[in-house]
Amino acid sequence: MSPTQRRRLLLVLLVVAVAGIAAVLVATALQRNVAYLYTPAEVKAGEVAPDARFRLGGMVAKGSFQRAPGALQARFEVTDGDARLPVTYDKILPDLFREGQAVVATGRMAGGVFVAEEVLAKHDETYMPKELADKMGVAHGKHQVPATAAPAESR
Amino acid sequence: MLAEIGQVLLILALLAALLQSVLPLVGAQRGIAPFVAIARPAALLQLTMVLGAFAVLTVAFVRQDFSLRYVAENSNSLLPMIYRYSAVWGAHEGSLLLWTLVLALWTAAVAEFSRRLPPLVVARVLAVMGLIAVGFLAFIIFTSNPFGRLLPMPGDGADLNPVLQDPGMTIHPPVLYTGYVGFSVAFAFAIAGLLGGELEQAWVRWARPWTNVAWAFLTLGIVAGSWWAYAELGWGGWWFWDPVENASFMPWLVGAALIHAQAVTEKRGSLRAWTILLSIFAFSLSLLGTFLVRSGVLTSVHAFASDPRRGVFILAFLTIVVGGSLLLYALRAPKVAGGKAFNLLSRETVLLIGNLMFAVAAAMVLLGTLFPLVGDALNLGRISVGPPYFGFLFPLLMLPVVLLMPFGPFLRWGKGEGSTLRQVALRAGIAAAACAIVAAFFVDGRLKAIAGVAALIWLGVGVLMYALKRWRDVPRGRRYPGEMAGMLLAHLGVGVFVAGVLLTESLSVTRDVRLAPGQSERVGSYDFRFDGVHRVSGPNWQADQGVVTVSRDGKQLIVMHPQKRTYPRGQVQTESAVDAGIFRDLYVALGEPMDAGNIEGAWSLRLYDKPFVRWIWGGGLLMMVGGFVCAADRRFRLKRTVAAPAAELVPQETRA
Repeated sequence: MSPTQRRRLLLVLLVVAVAGIAAVLVATALQRNVAYLYTPAEVKAGEVAPDARFRLGGMVAKGSFQRAPGALQARFEVTDGDARLPVTYDKILPDLFREGQAVVATGRMAGGVFVAEEVLAKHDETYMPKELADKMGVAHGKHQVPATAAPAESR
Repeated sequence: MLAEIGQVLLILALLAALLQSVLPLVGAQRGIAPFVAIARPAALLQLTMVLGAFAVLTVAFVRQDFSLRYVAENSNSLLPMIYRYSAVWGAHEGSLLLWTLVLALWTAAVAEFSRRLPPLVVARVLAVMGLIAVGFLAFIIFTSNPFGRLLPMPGDGADLNPVLQDPGMTIHPPVLYTGYVGFSVAFAFAIAGLLGGELEQAWVRWARPWTNVAWAFLTLGIVAGSWWAYAELGWGGWWFWDPVENASFMPWLVGAALIHAQAVTEKRGSLRAWTILLSIFAFSLSLLGTFLVRSGVLTSVHAFASDPRRGVFILAFLTIVVGGSLLLYALRAPKVAGGKAFNLLSRETVLLIGNLMFAVAAAMVLLGTLFPLVGDALNLGRISVGPPYFGFLFPLLMLPVVLLMPFGPFLRWGKGEGSTLRQVALRAGIAAAACAIVAAFFVDGRLKAIAGVAALIWLGVGVLMYALKRWRDVPRGRRYPGEMAGMLLAHLGVGVFVAGVLLTESLSVTRDVRLAPGQSERVGSYDFRFDGVHRVSGPNWQADQGVVTVSRDGKQLIVMHPQKRTYPRGQVQTESAVDAGIFRDLYVALGEPMDAGNIEGAWSLRLYDKPFVRWIWGGGLLMMVGGFVCAADRRFRLKRTVAAPAAELVPQETRA
């Protein structure tokens, strides 16, 4: 091998090594840090592994919002039209958080209650997360109701 | 009537852009001199038309012409004057028009300052930029027309999204777009080089300052966006690894790599193909960034407007630009490639490693950003990739960059010496270790904070040592030319930035609390006393304004006034109160009343003590200044006659 060839080989090996290490790291990090979106009905049907960190999407059920007396903790229920799931959150809720509006909460299940670490509300009047709209669309289509009047809320 | 003029101007701009792209390309390929000569005037014509259209839209906003759908949707009769100007780019249609205007401005600047380049190269460069303008103008005219009428005309407009009613938001988009679009110059040069089958070092020298300016603007845009998110979104964070942020960060990373790759290509002629590839990627990622934000395909906490119908056009345009240029690259790159060989121990190697790290980091961010889309397409479920993914990988990839950075300037081109390196490593290493040990006592042994101090000293001493070396070795007047000074400033900026990030992350104290009037909460070494809430009103909003008195060791420091604003349509917007300082920020955001409706009772409040958070933006600003200083180097503007093959010379005077 000529010196030039050796240099090139070294260079190629370096690139391949860096790319390989990066690929392994990326794969591990991705595996650990993806969070799936579920609706309350899917959670109740047992689709979520216990202790899994996931995102819960749906509407804040009307009349379900409560504050723990003397504390910051908020309790509310998230509904997808088929099922409702109680959620607790002990930080400040986003500006656009309202009953009857879409939310996506990230957290874990604990004793039948979803303990949220983060709550996101939709960002303006016309915006709803597309993925949530798709999932909610399924629920609403089934019940043939407009988006704001899910049957679960009139129960 | 005015709006129809705007519409006509847009169509004329499209025609001018077609003129600017098609004829010069054909002319350059076939050697038709008049076609080649048309690029410059056509570029100026296009700028005039786009500028006219933009002015018409601005006038419509200032005059509150609610018969235009776009104006009616994004303005309101109560909107203060300054936000009427920035409302022009407050949503999809107008921001695309702004993008096109910025492109037209860059194109005109290239046309103006390229007189010393061979006419064929200039024609190709302007033609490529014209093609991009064609794509954007067609997109505006056919799918996103800002001049559409709304009948019947509403009595009042719907209002500009209150999130955007902030001074930071008025400059963020134009500056960011100036950065994005600036990469089109490097891109156009790369494509022109591939088309012509050669890439002269002199052209790269000419292109370098443009890349630096674009990157500096992009840096400023990202810093402004980060500051805006910090002050305006009320979360107190400065970076969220949100898809929209990633969209601007990917071209920044590739741009940083490109700046260094261009330096190698210009000085040594090496890495030509790599430079071209990076040019293509920097601009492609800018396009992707623009479209990711505008198309609404990604779920983002600040994806503003979304209309998936535009997705098809966007996808087609991206495919043509990225696919076309990569195909051209595959066909022509071997012809362009070449350059001097270099030793394993050389400045080229260090720069190449840095380049690789930046490229891998950009790929990592791209993967994390697009993964949810891919998962969706493959029916893997609704996935989101959390900040921990980025937060884990990015520092890991940047660690080698930070470690190697001080060595780069000390190494010679082609073949470096080990002895200098050992000296640098020893001195900077001892200084960093010593400072880290001292710092450990002040930060309770928190590792991240110690690492931040060590990184700052490591990079700072590296910069200082090189500055001293130049001072000793180089005669007065030639010690710190723009290129050198810019590099030193930017590298110092990296140190300040890294220190700011690590110190803020590890030393910040956050409290989400419920406070009744008169109650206090201790955050770090500060006492925040909540003194109740009262009503105030502004030009187009009403607010509940909290009064929070901050004291330390019983001594009152400052009274802060966080607000919760309500805008005409009922949109609520948190206006946090920030007491800025070089060494720490105090930050208060108002949550909501604990009993709905009773604003005089207890409220939820978010309180922060954020040490060194300003260093993050300070470091970013230093990098930006570095970019501009580097671009201002006189060497890039020296009058050099650029050699071009005789057959290509088209004397400009003979054409009329």
